[in-house]
Amino acid sequence: MFKKILIANRGEIAVRIIRACHEMGIAAVAVYSDVDRASLHVRKADEAYPIGAPAASESYLNIQKILDVAARSRADAIHPGYGFLSENAKFAKACADAGVKFIGPTPAAMDAMGSKTRARQAMERAGVPFVPGTLRGLESFEQAEQVAARIGYPVMLKAAAGGGGKGMRLVHAPEELKSLLEAARSEAERSFGDSEVYIERAIVNPRHIEMQVLADEHGNTVYLGERECSLQRRHQKVLEEAPSPIVDADMRRKMGEVAVRVAQAAGYTNAGTVEFLVDQQKNFYFLEMNTRLQVEHPVTELVTGLDLVHLQIRIAAGERLPFTQDEVQIRGHAIECRIYAEDPDNNYFPSPGKITLLLAPSGPGIRRDSGMYEGWTVPMDYDPLLDKLIGYGTDRDQAIGRLTRALNEYFVAGIKANISLFRRILSDPDFRAAKMDTGFLDRLLKQKRSESPADPKAVEVGVIAAGIFAVLGSAAAGAGERPGANDAASSNPRAASNWKIAAHKEAMR
Amino acid sequence: MTYDITIDGKNYRLDLNRAEGRWSCRLDGREVEVDAVLARPDVLSVRIGNKAYEVKYERVAGDMYLWVGSARFAAEVRDPRSLRGRARAVEDHGPKKLTAPMPGKIVRVLVSQGDEVEAGSGVLVVEAMKMQNEIKSPKKGTIQKILVSEGAAVNAGDVLAIVE
Repeated sequence: MFKKILIANRGEIAVRIIRACHEMGIAAVAVYSDVDRASLHVRKADEAYPIGAPAASESYLNIQKILDVAARSRADAIHPGYGFLSENAKFAKACADAGVKFIGPTPAAMDAMGSKTRARQAMERAGVPFVPGTLRGLESFEQAEQVAARIGYPVMLKAAAGGGGKGMRLVHAPEELKSLLEAARSEAERSFGDSEVYIERAIVNPRHIEMQVLADEHGNTVYLGERECSLQRRHQKVLEEAPSPIVDADMRRKMGEVAVRVAQAAGYTNAGTVEFLVDQQKNFYFLEMNTRLQVEHPVTELVTGLDLVHLQIRIAAGERLPFTQDEVQIRGHAIECRIYAEDPDNNYFPSPGKITLLLAPSGPGIRRDSGMYEGWTVPMDYDPLLDKLIGYGTDRDQAIGRLTRALNEYFVAGIKANISLFRRILSDPDFRAAKMDTGFLDRLLKQKRSESPADPKAVEVGVIAAGIFAVLGSAAAGAGERPGANDAASSNPRAASNWKIAAHKEAMR
Repeated sequence: MTYDITIDGKNYRLDLNRAEGRWSCRLDGREVEVDAVLARPDVLSVRIGNKAYEVKYERVAGDMYLWVGSARFAAEVRDPRSLRGRARAVEDHGPKKLTAPMPGKIVRVLVSQGDEVEAGSGVLVVEAMKMQNEIKSPKKGTIQKILVSEGAAVNAGDVLAIVE
């Protein structure tokens, strides 16, 4: 087993991996950019090394700097997390060349999956179902026109090297094709340095369901059940659950077996996810394989009772899978909310800044994978994911009830977080009835929220509390700004406040 | 202490006194039985009669917001004896400033000085946290001034442009 693992990531996922290392008696090495010195992953790690400027290209994406830290710290393995270098075959190869184990698939398997068109060719040979479309990148507008006419509108244009919705365009009619093809190509070029775009039939109102797979380095591959990821905004997942409410045991087995074939066709090892589009008749089509640990892996962990990061580390260390497919059981229901630093009342604008107050939920069936803490300043330089709040229950209704309760306990001030969005989703009748597809969230957000008049009792409480806060003055102030500079007794909000607060608490009893 | 408190656009007069750890409270002249404990900075556990509430205090750029459960109220507290507590006049007319809602980078300036804009039309694009966001004009008018150029780094609250 490894003695020391370097985590080439930041935020909640770095913290989650550090925890797994410590649970297994492995030392954890963090890396951080200039704006992440105070980040939680640095606080939790056994060793931490600066790797440069905030721009990811100067730090978390810089292969040489990360390998230098691996050498200096004598780490025997690197866990890439998700995003950043996690699906970069060059990085995986550079790790191998440097004699440090990359916790993930081989560069060859990543290369095969990284390009969607090449993945498709390998998969078709393995008998994997596909949405009708081109096998290769489009060579010309004329070719695009012919293929679109053959498979029928609406069609979807997709970047071959893409992900996260970049370089994707939905084309409803032939006259839109030319301009949207150009737009998709230039976005693909900008985002991935590769303008290759392919075309396929757009499935109207599909569900997005993915299958977790795990493969050891001895030829054993298993599937760990599916996750329903249909709730998306701008092609980014917002809420995920396991199991999918529409997948029964038979469909799970069929999808799982296809996912295993996909993984085996690519010579895949370690944890991976096979994504499917599911149409209204429950036909499923292979979409892509993500060659990394997914953001939403905790829902699978909760319903299978397995720890995917532990298993990733054990597989990378050469161990065999410690269970067989027959031993994998799905039990209960789990739902994950991705808590982002963004403002739900202002078109989900990102909202970096200092967290002045954080009241985090806990209790039965609640798991929180978080990268934030009170007093921390959320940097503007990275993805705004702060925290994943996951609810588990014996069934879907109980999981929803627990999550709703936890969301009501949850409070973040200083920055905006999208907590209210999840209250809205979880109370929506269609969501409760599990009637969802990838357009669900856009439709929900278009609905005008009924401006229910403020509860007069709550207003009264607000008035009285405002007065009490005013009487207590600066002693009641937290880590944020002073309550108006005029009534501040001292210019330092932290100094002198602790004993004052204690004194006030006493006085108020 | 007597305060004039505005919540949700309505005004209230609150008399609050504390003696021997107990609060006495009159809301618009009506006696209210109140018990409050500061659970931690910015968090007040309030009992009104036997009903229990948790109230959170959020400050945004000097403004006060109170959360009662998941309801958020903008609150303004004025001491009627004090001159400094006067409500600010609301400017409806005249030039409007477009400010950066968050720290970030200006990736595009969509208009030029002197351009006519509609309320809600895009003026600039700011990028932060991998997201691009359009800053829209708050009113119909003319772009009087653009104070930033493409590529500039801005802080939350920086004035980016002025619409007349």
